[in-house]
Amino acid sequence: MSALRTLRAPLLAVLALAALWQGLHQLAGDVAITAPVPTLGHLFTMIGEPRFGPHLRETALAFAQALAIACAGGVGLGVVLGGHRLSGEVAEPLLVGLYSIPKITLYPVILLVFGLGMPAKVAFGALHGIVPIVLFTMNAVRNVNRVYLRAGRAMRLTPVQTGWFVLVPATLPEIFSGLRIGFSLTLLGTMMGELFASQRGLGFLLMTAIDLNDVKTILAIAVLISAFALATNSLLLAIDARLRRGAAPQPLR
Amino acid sequence: MTRVAWIRTGVVLGALGALELACRAGAIPPKMVIAPSAMAGAMVRVLAAGDLGPHLAQTLSAVGIAMAVAIAGGFAAGLVLHAFPGLRRAADPFLAAYYAIPHFAFYPLLIVIFGLGPTPLVVLATLFSMAAMVVGTLAGLDRVPRVLLKTARVHRLSAWDEVRHVRLPAAAPHLLSGVKLAVAYAFIGVIAGEFILSTSGIGHEIAYAYDNFDNARMYGLILFVLVLVSAFNATLYAWERRMQRRRST
Repeated sequence: MSALRTLRAPLLAVLALAALWQGLHQLAGDVAITAPVPTLGHLFTMIGEPRFGPHLRETALAFAQALAIACAGGVGLGVVLGGHRLSGEVAEPLLVGLYSIPKITLYPVILLVFGLGMPAKVAFGALHGIVPIVLFTMNAVRNVNRVYLRAGRAMRLTPVQTGWFVLVPATLPEIFSGLRIGFSLTLLGTMMGELFASQRGLGFLLMTAIDLNDVKTILAIAVLISAFALATNSLLLAIDARLRRGAAPQPLR
Repeated sequence: MTRVAWIRTGVVLGALGALELACRAGAIPPKMVIAPSAMAGAMVRVLAAGDLGPHLAQTLSAVGIAMAVAIAGGFAAGLVLHAFPGLRRAADPFLAAYYAIPHFAFYPLLIVIFGLGPTPLVVLATLFSMAAMVVGTLAGLDRVPRVLLKTARVHRLSAWDEVRHVRLPAAAPHLLSGVKLAVAYAFIGVIAGEFILSTSGIGHEIAYAYDNFDNARMYGLILFVLVLVSAFNATLYAWERRMQRRRST
């Protein structure tokens, strides 16, 4: 019963979306937007085709590498910038500026530096994801309650113990929020990298479908990507909520 | 200027200087990255040539419309959602997952519906930036102190007056962070859309220069866009900081 209640809101949301989709189809017709059921059927036949596998693998591989770089680099850089106050203050406005510029304008530069293909996609995805992760990690490390550190010192913890028993539990909830946002942005960046100047991957399939005006395929791929993004995002949100339940209430800044 | 700001300027200038040296010395080939001074020169030449006007006008008007609709619509939607908790419970999962969806996957669909031209771009950028404003509005309204609303009731303010004189000013800081994000996302939405699928606008001009190996023009345009957007964002930040300072005293 309680499972039903927690599932009710997302279920209603999905139903509302499906109804909206069907409504748009009734309004605009097959030329503009195909109905939900045939589109999903097309998606399944497409996944079954042998030519689909390599494209999916290409995108998944690019995304996985970009995500790994963004997470490792973001947390590492964030810890350094959060631990050293001066460099953190120097870097923060630059990072916020980088966050809010349209990064797609930098994509040609990345293409020129890394060449066409996988490395450019990975670099572009990582560039999108790394900034929020650095910002969140930096804030988390900066806001660790000094009392915890002093208590750790009073108990004569070694640096490694301080890190594991004090710093990690104190910063984990906020860092995880950063990772969640970084995940979404890395996916966005990787997809955008594939839409422009790409020869393989889901983004390439999408662009080919646009050129052929193949609405069914466009929608099927869009649904596939969105479903993946939504499913992982709700999983990460659930973990996020669990982590935060144990954490002390955040002070209002 | 504070010490931190001096160091920051030094770091940026140092990085630019290093890039300039590396380019001039030939460590980085001009086919890859051109020297910053050459970028600045190219930007001036591109602007002086005067053929950028229509593209600039198109991009900026698209951003302007998207921004205005997203901010006004996002605020109105936030007000409505805040007033009806049932509706909000239904909308919350959408909002939480909104930015996880790669919107550009739906861009082709918008082209099919609205045709080529500026309309699908404006719609995309509006959709992209509106959710940030909705979330900002909800966060702001949640934090309006209850006592202020009670005072408004004591003064028998009408619903409109209550929103205008009480809720809006009390929620202003959160609204402003919503506005800031909406502005950034409107720029990103329009320029990225032009880049990938459009035949005009600044984004398309950059992509076109890239396709033609016209590095000088490309870097000039990139620099111009980055300077333009950064200046716009910096103005908003300065405005926000001034408002915060006034509030804290």
